[in-house]
Amino acid sequence: MSFFTFPNPPVSPEAEQLRGDVRAFLAEELKTMPPHRRAASWSGFDADFSRKMGQRGWIGMTWPKQYGGHERTSLERYVVLEEMLAAGAPVAAHWIADRQSGPLLLRFGTEEQRRSVLPRIAAGELFCCIGMSEPDSGSDLAAVRTRAEPVEGGFRVNGTKLWTTFGHRAHYMLLFCRTSGGPSDRHGGTSQLLVDLKTPGITIRPIVDLTGAKHFNEVVFEDVFVPSSALIGEMGNGWHQVTSELAYERSGPERFLSSFVLLAELVRVLREHPSEQATIAVGRLVSHFVVLRQLSRGVAWLLQNGRNPAQEAAVVKDLGALVEQEIPDIVRSLVEIEPGSERTAELARTLHYTVLAAPSFSLRGGTREILRGIIARGLGLR
Amino acid sequence: MADQESDETGALLNESAGRLFGSFDEKDIRAVEQGQWPDTAWAKVEEAGFPLALVSEAGGGFGIASAEAIALLRIAGYHAAPVPLAETMFANRLLSEAGFDVAEGPATVVVAESGAFALAKHGSDWRISGRAAGVPWARHAETIVLLVEHEGKSFVVRLKRGVASIAPAMSFANLPADDVAVDAEVAADDVRPAPASWTPQTLKAAFAALRVSEMAGALARVMEITVGYANERVQFGKPIGKQQAIQQQLAVLAGQAAACGGAADVASAAFDRLDVIAIAAAKVRAGEAASIAAPIAHQVHGAIGFTEEHRLHFFTRRLWGWRDECGSERYWSKVVGQAAIAAGAEGLWPFVVSVGAVQGA
Repeated sequence: MSFFTFPNPPVSPEAEQLRGDVRAFLAEELKTMPPHRRAASWSGFDADFSRKMGQRGWIGMTWPKQYGGHERTSLERYVVLEEMLAAGAPVAAHWIADRQSGPLLLRFGTEEQRRSVLPRIAAGELFCCIGMSEPDSGSDLAAVRTRAEPVEGGFRVNGTKLWTTFGHRAHYMLLFCRTSGGPSDRHGGTSQLLVDLKTPGITIRPIVDLTGAKHFNEVVFEDVFVPSSALIGEMGNGWHQVTSELAYERSGPERFLSSFVLLAELVRVLREHPSEQATIAVGRLVSHFVVLRQLSRGVAWLLQNGRNPAQEAAVVKDLGALVEQEIPDIVRSLVEIEPGSERTAELARTLHYTVLAAPSFSLRGGTREILRGIIARGLGLR
Repeated sequence: MADQESDETGALLNESAGRLFGSFDEKDIRAVEQGQWPDTAWAKVEEAGFPLALVSEAGGGFGIASAEAIALLRIAGYHAAPVPLAETMFANRLLSEAGFDVAEGPATVVVAESGAFALAKHGSDWRISGRAAGVPWARHAETIVLLVEHEGKSFVVRLKRGVASIAPAMSFANLPADDVAVDAEVAADDVRPAPASWTPQTLKAAFAALRVSEMAGALARVMEITVGYANERVQFGKPIGKQQAIQQQLAVLAGQAAACGGAADVASAAFDRLDVIAIAAAKVRAGEAASIAAPIAHQVHGAIGFTEEHRLHFFTRRLWGWRDECGSERYWSKVVGQAAIAAGAEGLWPFVVSVGAVQGA
């Protein structure tokens, strides 16, 4: 009767208890951080903050203890994630490693890779970046050109990665590259390598985005020697691995909470005399969040049960990005933002940031069109 | 163990509901839309025991969780089942909570604004007066159930067939939605104090929760029919579903169907608690899903989907109609919005979480 499965996760008393601890931590940590900075949310990079989260056991929560994890449930992890995002905590430093690099290594990595990298990720001390996009390979990931040529004792890597988020602050890259064949082989001949970014021959150049921030980069590999121990999983299995990595990437609540801080600021300004129009608009958005949470927790529950929720994650991300992107214009329709007004000054700053950041919401982690293509495939149309 | 048994009973019920509702054909749906009473179909529904699904085991029900019972309505919505199942299930729930026996035959519930009906003591009996429009299936109901306030208390009133005068009318979905007027004496035995949780607002919300489930079923069916059509219909030498422009639209439709399904899960879980805000949020989201999805389904179908002959409109008309029944998006958004704004900037996120706090229970 239904193409996609969104299970109804059970109540988790442990998770709800954890929520109180997380809120208390955030209240303390973020008390001096203004909303317009919290609006950056999971684009905000703060290594100290990440280390504090690691100390509390909130990174690598579901991983086995032998790799520095905490063997907690996906629903408990979900609580930590959503509380961080809703508050606009600066989680970018550890976010990628916690969300996708760690799970990928757990699933496909060698024992040595797990032992050396995962405990440091969980401690909030080691940060990872994603090595997927390239100048000629954006949505079309199979067009990857970066080549790791097998040589004595390892690989020699040449090529360029692009839009590498926080590559300039990360310690390792999970590099998706070609180890045989050419772009015409499409999915065949690709592999993943765990690359230490201090390796000679790697040049990382930040690219300023339209908000003025330096968060993404161009990463150039010139005759970079990478030892064979860096191979993740199997040689030539890169496509299968990278698509599972993308399912992790798209599955979380960061895919609908990017503008939540702005909505909270709207409520602050509206609170005294909300018009009927404003009340209806806020009620509608809150209704969206209630249902998005329901679906997103269902995705977490699928992960908990070892399922691959790639389709369901694409659905939530597509729905979530629409809501994230419409919030700035809804704010503009409800509140007259006038220069010099004390009452709306912080709302205006938060709005300003969110308007500029919004185009990225339906680009990062798979464009809207790519996601809809994935959904269409799930419907049996392609 | 009890939970597991309940789950298994629920799964069996869902299966038999799918078989039964699937056996009603378009002739049955059309007959009802032209004003006939579906006596054969209804007899089968009664035989299956579905009208008692929301009643406790002691009251004659199956002993399943309310969310499981409400799932039957999703299946009914998926098949556009031409029977007053939601109405009778709801009426029986109200009757049994107020200590009445469950209804014999089809029944319905009047959802009206506070004050639309009045009760007055009349010796040892009562006099009830008032009117309401758009009461679903009223002309066919053996029992009409109302919630009426009197001197600060709420009462559940049971009207047997013939007590109220009924002027037939049809809903947006071409289903009976009649005007009910009453000014009559009713026996003391037909008026009982309502449990404290029942107010005009919670009554409307509870009925809305049932409609959301029906909407989720109808929208799932709209998606299935539309994807099926896109895979069959050949233009320019290939199925239109091979065109990216169509694929992108169908992906949007699928997203809205998923959202409506999620809304139904939220609303069903909130039914027993009569959590008005959670149901309100679900009704708002379900209504919006219908508004986005139905036009896509029609666009993909082209002219054939605009004909009376094609079954698509059985589902899209119900979706359009159900959006407005038991409170529209506008009505319930205001309820959610007032509570959200009162929670304040710092309280907004805890508010969102609290709305879903016992989901899955």
